[in-house]
Amino acid sequence: MTTAVTAVRDVPLTVGGRTFASRLMVGTGKYRDNATMVRAIEASGAEIVTVAVRRVDLDRTREEGVLYHLDPRRFFLLANTAGCYSADDAIRYARLAREAGFNEFIKLEVIGDQETLLPDVQGLLEATRVLVREGFKVMAYTNEDLVTALRLEEAGAAAVMPLASPIGSGLGLLNPFPVRTIKRRLSVPVVVDAGVGTASDACLTMEQGVDGILMNTALAAARDPVTMAHAMRLAVDAGRAAFLAGRMPRREVAVPSSPTEGMLD
Amino acid sequence: MTQTTVETITVAINGTSRPVPRDATLLEVLAALGLDPRLVVVEHNRRIVRRPALGDVRVAAGDAIELVHFVGGG
Repeated sequence: MTTAVTAVRDVPLTVGGRTFASRLMVGTGKYRDNATMVRAIEASGAEIVTVAVRRVDLDRTREEGVLYHLDPRRFFLLANTAGCYSADDAIRYARLAREAGFNEFIKLEVIGDQETLLPDVQGLLEATRVLVREGFKVMAYTNEDLVTALRLEEAGAAAVMPLASPIGSGLGLLNPFPVRTIKRRLSVPVVVDAGVGTASDACLTMEQGVDGILMNTALAAARDPVTMAHAMRLAVDAGRAAFLAGRMPRREVAVPSSPTEGMLD
Repeated sequence: MTQTTVETITVAINGTSRPVPRDATLLEVLAALGLDPRLVVVEHNRRIVRRPALGDVRVAAGDAIELVHFVGGG
């Protein structure tokens, strides 16, 4: 029997020369407990899982490292530079992350504003250039600005990650147009990072033709993170399939679906 | 067992002053803190020290040591 899934002809997502099983990437922050986090990640089907670099708590009053809960042989650990407000800080965190010994990928964030967590694109470009020279595969969190996206690609970013809306906001894809433009103009993968709130947001985002989505709060802050992770998996697949299928043109007038001939007198 | 008093020095570990034995290696510092060197990345005075070298680098008074690992994040 042909299932819906096998009917979709797609190529796998490839970033920085590496192929991944899922177009959905998930974070590991803000879950109410580690058991829920692990079950949600499993339900999402994600292979790429993001982590942050922080000081070890020497007094053991806080939770231990995420690797006590997540099998690094099963998931691809993508370290981020979240919380860094300068290129130098982000470079420092990226180097520490690589030293953990898993891979040379980094989700590069250089934040420019505390309230909105919008990126400092100048610092982002600077850090991208340095890290690419050092052999990193840089996945750069950026805004919807096309010119910045083009510069990031020129600087050697392995993927460009425009936001759907601010980090942790759950507002969904506020403006599909610039994201679509970035996807059309870039050769490297475009992965929307941040802002997705619920399954329809993920579906709509994937329908724009982007290569993937990274989300964290949408799962962690859902009433039931595991069920939401399942919904997101379906939504990402549905949105991707709809993009590949090619939607019908929009019309502003009705066009009947049933024959206009053969009506009774 | 008989042992002479170990002389200690003060270093900053993750931003907090802590006493460590004089001439301790970074590997010994980790062991004293009960940390598995495979799960921690060590920065010593702003320079990353790779795991194989942890036993070769000795700390000095006033050194800044950062011990980091992966935590949940998005």
